[in-house]
Amino acid sequence: MEAVDRIRADSALFEELAMPLFARLYNFACWLTKDRAAAEDLVQETYMKALKGFSGFKQGTNFRAWMYRILRNTFLTSQTGLKAVSLDDDDGPPEPETAETPESLLLARMDRETIQKALEELPVKFREVILLCDLEEMSYAEIGQTLDIPIGTVMSRLSRGRKAMRALLAQRIEGARR
Amino acid sequence: MSCENWSGKLDAYVDGQSPDTELESHLRECPKCAREVLSRWQMKRATQAAAERYAPSSEFRLRVQSQIAASRATPRKQLWGIPRLTWAAAGLVAVVLLFVLGIGWNRHAAHEQALAELLDLHVAALASANPVDVISTDRHTVKPWFQGKLPFTFNLPDLQNTPYTLLGGRMMYFEHNPGAQLLYQTRNHKLSVFVFQDRAGAGDFGLGISSGSQMAFHVESWSEGGLRFAIVSDAGAADVHALGELLRAAGRS
Repeated sequence: MEAVDRIRADSALFEELAMPLFARLYNFACWLTKDRAAAEDLVQETYMKALKGFSGFKQGTNFRAWMYRILRNTFLTSQTGLKAVSLDDDDGPPEPETAETPESLLLARMDRETIQKALEELPVKFREVILLCDLEEMSYAEIGQTLDIPIGTVMSRLSRGRKAMRALLAQRIEGARR
Repeated sequence: MSCENWSGKLDAYVDGQSPDTELESHLRECPKCAREVLSRWQMKRATQAAAERYAPSSEFRLRVQSQIAASRATPRKQLWGIPRLTWAAAGLVAVVLLFVLGIGWNRHAAHEQALAELLDLHVAALASANPVDVISTDRHTVKPWFQGKLPFTFNLPDLQNTPYTLLGGRMMYFEHNPGAQLLYQTRNHKLSVFVFQDRAGAGDFGLGISSGSQMAFHVESWSEGGLRFAIVSDAGAADVHALGELLRAAGRS
C-alpha cells in the first residue's frame, strides 16, 4: 500500500501548493481566453494535468512558474489558443515610431476600462508577458521559465508589448477627445 | 551617455530588475528621462490594477478541489498517473512479468494507458461547461465541422429510430495526434466516440473488435479503413456495443 500512500501524500501536497494560486490562474486564464467558460475549462484541465504530472515536478524549483507554464501550454494547444495565436502577426503590431510615452498619455488619467480594452487588443504574446510582469510581478527570469524563452526575449517582448500598449492607449484617448 | 542609450534600460529599472546607480544619477539630471520613468511606472501600476479583473466562482473552486480530493479517496493509477514502484508493486510486476513474458505486459500496459487516456478525455469532456465545440444533433452538421481540422474523414450513422442522440463533437488529441471526439446520449448516459488514425503500436488495441471495462466504464474499440474507433461510456456494455454496430454499419456504407 506504499504506492497508494504516496499518491495520497502527493495529492495533498499538490493541493496545498496549487490551490492558493487558483484565483490568480483563473484571472490569467480569463485574460488569455477572453471567455469565462473557456477559462474554467482551461484552469480545470491545467489542475488535472498538473496533478497527474506532479510526481515529475522537482521539489524546490519554481512551482508557480511550473503551473503557469502548464496553463499557458494547455491554452496554446486549445481551440481558442490556436485561433488567437494564428491571428497574431509573426512580428506583432507595427512598431510605434518612438519608444517614448506619447504626450497625450502623459497628462491623461486612464481609467480601468480603457486599459482593459487596450490589453484585450494586444496580441497574446504581448498580453501574456505584460500580465506576468505587471500583474503577477514575476521576475524576468521567472517569466522566461514560464514562457520557455530566454531573458533577452522576455525583455524585447515586454518592450515591444508596452510600446504597442502605449500606442493603443494614445489612439483611444485621442479618439475620445475628438 | 545620451538619453537614447538609457531608453532600453528604463523598463528593467521600472520593473525592479536592475538597480542601476548610473541610471539613477542620470535621472536626477534629465527631466525628460525622469518623466518617462514616472510615466512608465504609473502605467505599470494602472495595468496591475486594471488586470485584476476576474474572480472564480466558489462552485468552480470547489469542483476542482473535490476533483483533487477524489484522487486521494480512490487513487487510480490510470487516471492520475503511474505511481512510483514500491517494493510491493515491484514484486507484483515481477510476478506478472513472469506470467505474461515481458512483451505481453508491455502491450498490456500501453493498452491500459491508452484506455485511461480515453477515459480521462471522456470524463473531462463531461465535467466541462462546454463538452463539445460543435453542438448539433445533425450528423450533416457535425461531420463537416471537422473538415480541415483533421487529416481524415469518417461516416456517422443515421440515428433515426434508435435510442441514441448525437450531441456534438470536439477536437481531441490522442498520443499527440489529432482526432475527433463525438458525444452521444442514450437515456441518461453519455457516450464518447473517439476517432483517430490507427497508427502502428498506438494504444495496442489489437485486431478486431475489443471490448472491456475499466473503472466501471465500458469501452469498445475497433479498427476500420486505417481509423481506430473507440467508444467509452458508463452505459451498459450492450448499449455501447449497439452504438458500435451502428457506427460500423455507417463506416461500411
